Amino acid sequence: MTPKKQRRLAFAITLLLAGGGAAALAVYALQDNVLFFYSPTDIADHPEKVPEGRVFRVGGLVEKGSFKRDKGLEVRFIVTDGKNAVPVAFSGVLPDLFREGQGVVAMGTRSRDGIFQASEVLAKHDEKYMPPEVVDALKRSGHWQEGQNGQGGNS
Amino acid sequence: MIGELGQLALCLALALSLVQAFAGFSGAARGSARIMAMGRGAALGSFVFIALAFFTLMFAYVTSDFSVWAVAENSHTAKPLIYKISGVWGNHEGSMILWLLILGIYSAAIAMTQPVGHQANAELGSRALGVQALIAIAFLVFVLLTSDPFVRLYPPPFEGNGLNPLLQDPGLAFHPPLLYLGYVGLSAAFSFAAAALLDKRNDAAWVRRARPFATAAWTALTLGIAAGSWWAYYTLGWGGFWFWDPVENASLMPWLIATALIHSMMATERTGAFKSWTLLLAIAAFSFSLIGTFLVRSGVLNSVHSFANDPKRGMFILMILFVSITAPLTLFAWRAPKLTPGAPFDLASRETGILINNLLLTVSAATILTGTLYPLVLDAAEGIKISVGPPYYTATVIPMLALLAIAMPLGPIFLWRRSDWRAGLYALRYGFAAALVALLAALAIARPLSALGLLAVTLGIWLIAGSMTDLARRAGSWRKLTLLPSGAWSVALAHAGLGVVALGVAGATIWKSEAIAVVAPGQTMNVGAYTLRLDSTERVEGPNYTADRASITVLSGGKVITVIHPEKRSYPVEQQVTTQSSIRTTVISDLYVVLADAREGGGWVVRAYVNPLAPFIWLGALVMALGGFVALGGRVAARARAARPSMAVSEPAE
Repeated sequence: MTPKKQRRLAFAITLLLAGGGAAALAVYALQDNVLFFYSPTDIADHPEKVPEGRVFRVGGLVEKGSFKRDKGLEVRFIVTDGKNAVPVAFSGVLPDLFREGQGVVAMGTRSRDGIFQASEVLAKHDEKYMPPEVVDALKRSGHWQEGQNGQGGNS
Repeated sequence: MIGELGQLALCLALALSLVQAFAGFSGAARGSARIMAMGRGAALGSFVFIALAFFTLMFAYVTSDFSVWAVAENSHTAKPLIYKISGVWGNHEGSMILWLLILGIYSAAIAMTQPVGHQANAELGSRALGVQALIAIAFLVFVLLTSDPFVRLYPPPFEGNGLNPLLQDPGLAFHPPLLYLGYVGLSAAFSFAAAALLDKRNDAAWVRRARPFATAAWTALTLGIAAGSWWAYYTLGWGGFWFWDPVENASLMPWLIATALIHSMMATERTGAFKSWTLLLAIAAFSFSLIGTFLVRSGVLNSVHSFANDPKRGMFILMILFVSITAPLTLFAWRAPKLTPGAPFDLASRETGILINNLLLTVSAATILTGTLYPLVLDAAEGIKISVGPPYYTATVIPMLALLAIAMPLGPIFLWRRSDWRAGLYALRYGFAAALVALLAALAIARPLSALGLLAVTLGIWLIAGSMTDLARRAGSWRKLTLLPSGAWSVALAHAGLGVVALGVAGATIWKSEAIAVVAPGQTMNVGAYTLRLDSTERVEGPNYTADRASITVLSGGKVITVIHPEKRSYPVEQQVTTQSSIRTTVISDLYVVLADAREGGGWVVRAYVNPLAPFIWLGALVMALGGFVALGGRVAARARAARPSMAVSEPAE
């Protein structure tokens, strides 16, 4: 091979190795770091999908009148999709937009007593926004009303 | 009245853009200086009318003219003036007008910087303006059909709906304009690349014209991303600065590609290497900007950045995106075989460094794109809802950035085309030594020990010391440091800036301490080396909010250091609550305190973080951007010198 061809071959091999390595890394990382979203009904129907200790996200509406706090750090509330509900416990700072009757997504694990121990709670960013997963969960449970919470309000 | 004026201005801008496109392409095809001049005139005119529309909208906001739809929807008389002004782009419609304004600025700049008297170059510039005009037409039609802010309301409401309180922050004045200056600025490089592909005598001349615009866009994008990250840091109350949110990724991807672009442009302009690759990168960079615009504006992703969602808009941007990616790529596929091959280079050369840079940056952008789009694809295909979290990005992007950081100081040391790698490594001996000392120092003092943290510190110092070594080597002595060409300084600043960012990121993620507790007035809590004592909370009235304001005394080693006042604000108009965290910084470290909600019995939840080196993240970004400014300044100075040949002789040689 001429030096020029050699260089091209070396270049092509480097490129393939780098691209392949990155792709392998990406696939590997994706497998381990994907978080699934389940609605309360998903959990009630398929509890085997969420064994104790598996981190996942649950979402729905914060049930009206379910928010409880006392002197301690921990707060409790119930996430519902209208059909089923999941009790949630959380020790941390709730997002500014957290409110009863509004959409919420919590990340965490289920404990033995069926309570969802949230490590992170996300609420919608503004009054026009409902987490898309929550909209979907409400639609599937048949408790979604068009125009709810001003979705698509001003367009 | 005002509304009609704005709409009219947009229509006139559209008409002039059509002229600009026609004159730009046909003038270049016929080689007619007169038609090409007409294209440049139309570009300036179109810019003037877009600016008129923009300032008309701003006027309507400032005067609270609620007969204009966008104003009624997003403003309020009680809003402070600065948020009336920045509120112009705090919504979808207004932000698209800002987008157009910045596109107009770049088109006008291309028209104004056209060198006189060079036929081939004039044709290149003319075609580039034609492409700019096509982009402007697409987005003007988009605005007029789907996102017109000037729609009239009759009768006008007495009061507006107000602005999302999260956006009522000085950050809104800086973050979007800077980000758009970056995003949209990449259109200039894109247009010149497309113009070069249209030109039969294809050479690397387009790079010379496009490079300053790419540098300007990169600098603005760097500042815009940094401003957004700083805003999120102080306003969201999580003590974090980067969340790998899809919307953040949408801005990081064009930045990575733009970084690759300004490097490969350097090689193409200097030695003629990577000719076709640079063309591809210029197309890719703006395409990533458009992908970002699509992801953020279409409502595919929901976040604070997506305002009202309308599927019609998403489809429209998707169409623009599709055309602007496929058209130039087709052109490229047709032209590429006729391109002269890039200039050869040895393994030990600066080109190799740039090759490594380009490889790692584009692959990083590709992995981020995968992580961002994977949940969307999976949802559309199988209805499975997932999210890809930070661990994915840490596992994929961090190793690549680490490799990049290892290579970065080597590039500038090596010469173009061929170099002696032993001499290069020897020249960097002080850089190696500094990195080694940093590693040992971190091993000795940093707790807890973390491999990732040690790596970040070592590489951060390697970047900073390596850049300084390069400057010192080029200058030879301290006094000659100021005489170095601007290019050497800009490289050193940009590279060292990234090193500073690395230190900040390591400090604020690996060595942060956090605490959360319920404290009643008089009680204390500890975070890091500090003790916080809640003294009292009170109700205070702001201009358009009421707030719970805490007074917290900060003690260290029993001594009072300061009193801070984190707030929780409640906006009655928008019925929303925001957190005003309190940050006490020593530059070396941030104490970050958030007042959360109340508990029974008079207690309050207080969350506190100590983030060592956190300010370095944004200081480092400023240093990087300074590198961009120095490069631009050097270009302007060189142009001025070239314009006055008689002066050039009397100046000292660089």
